[in-house]
Amino acid sequence: MAEPASLKVSVWRGGEDGAFQRYEVPARTNQTVLDVVTHIQRELDPSLAYRFACRVGMCGSCAMTVNGRARWTCRTHVKRVVDADGALELRPLANLPVIRDLAADLSPFFDKWQRARGTFLPKQSPDGAVPEDFAVVPPASKARREADAGIECIGCAVCYASCDVVAWNADYLGPAAMNRAWTLVNDVRDGARGERLDAVAGDAGCHSCHSTQSCTERCPKNLDPSSAIAGLKRVLFWDTLLGRR
Amino acid sequence: MKSNPGVHLWVVQRVTAMLLGIAVVVHLVTIVTAVRGGLSAREILERTQGNEAWLLFYVVFALAAGLHGAIGLRNIAAETIGLRGRGADLAWLAAGLLTAGFGIRAAIGLYA
Repeated sequence: MAEPASLKVSVWRGGEDGAFQRYEVPARTNQTVLDVVTHIQRELDPSLAYRFACRVGMCGSCAMTVNGRARWTCRTHVKRVVDADGALELRPLANLPVIRDLAADLSPFFDKWQRARGTFLPKQSPDGAVPEDFAVVPPASKARREADAGIECIGCAVCYASCDVVAWNADYLGPAAMNRAWTLVNDVRDGARGERLDAVAGDAGCHSCHSTQSCTERCPKNLDPSSAIAGLKRVLFWDTLLGRR
Repeated sequence: MKSNPGVHLWVVQRVTAMLLGIAVVVHLVTIVTAVRGGLSAREILERTQGNEAWLLFYVVFALAAGLHGAIGLRNIAAETIGLRGRGADLAWLAAGLLTAGFGIRAAIGLYA
């Protein structure tokens, strides 16, 4: 691919009713999209609002919509997303309120983790006291392997911004919250299984998932929320059919 | 258990899908077999009149098809035009049962 001499960057400015503003940024080798945003703010327009912290793909706070697709900007090389014409379009994450410019408000995303009962509740001590003995959890057991598959989520909201069902139904819990719920449903030490399954059931929960798997496709951690949601559906199907809930 | 119509309708839709999977195969095989050597009303009635097995099959088929279709349309309406709520759910359920009712009436007509 031919390397453009400069990048023509369209950046979302303002709130929900904002507009794109064009910037010209020098193209460099080994340049990430976050480098481009930082260049704009440091050299061209200090009023630009955006969010980042670690710059190395650990915190997940720099997620934005890059050329129509939610990504971690710190882990996205410009040459992977830009053609020879050098055009780059940056928006805040989709499906979330816009605070300003490239910063989205993640409150609805984290509120839904709460609604999906994303908090561990120790079975042995529901009052929060430290249990008397260690719980023995065989690492190779099926439930533990299901839980392990989803616990590396860092809550960047890339899956949430990529989910069509969230776009159609603002109440829908979204992939990350249900992935979290599935890890806890499979945690044998957890004591809130029934309440959690109630919380993720129905039209605002796992039963609205179309399994189109954009969440799984775009998760920067290569997690599989789509399978987690399918797992919740499977458990709820048998529990409902056999009258166990 | 919390009242959540979405879960039960989802379970009904999955169970009816399983029934339809079998019923549609039986239906197609019956069509292909029946039209061999021409198709006549007499031949159809000879097969279905007084036959409880065919009556049961068509009643289950019609019920599954009516409910499955209505629940599917409910979900499409909720996602595309935002038609949601208890009233809408009851209306879709009525539409599904009404559709099934027409099918069941036809099945009884073939049996009687």
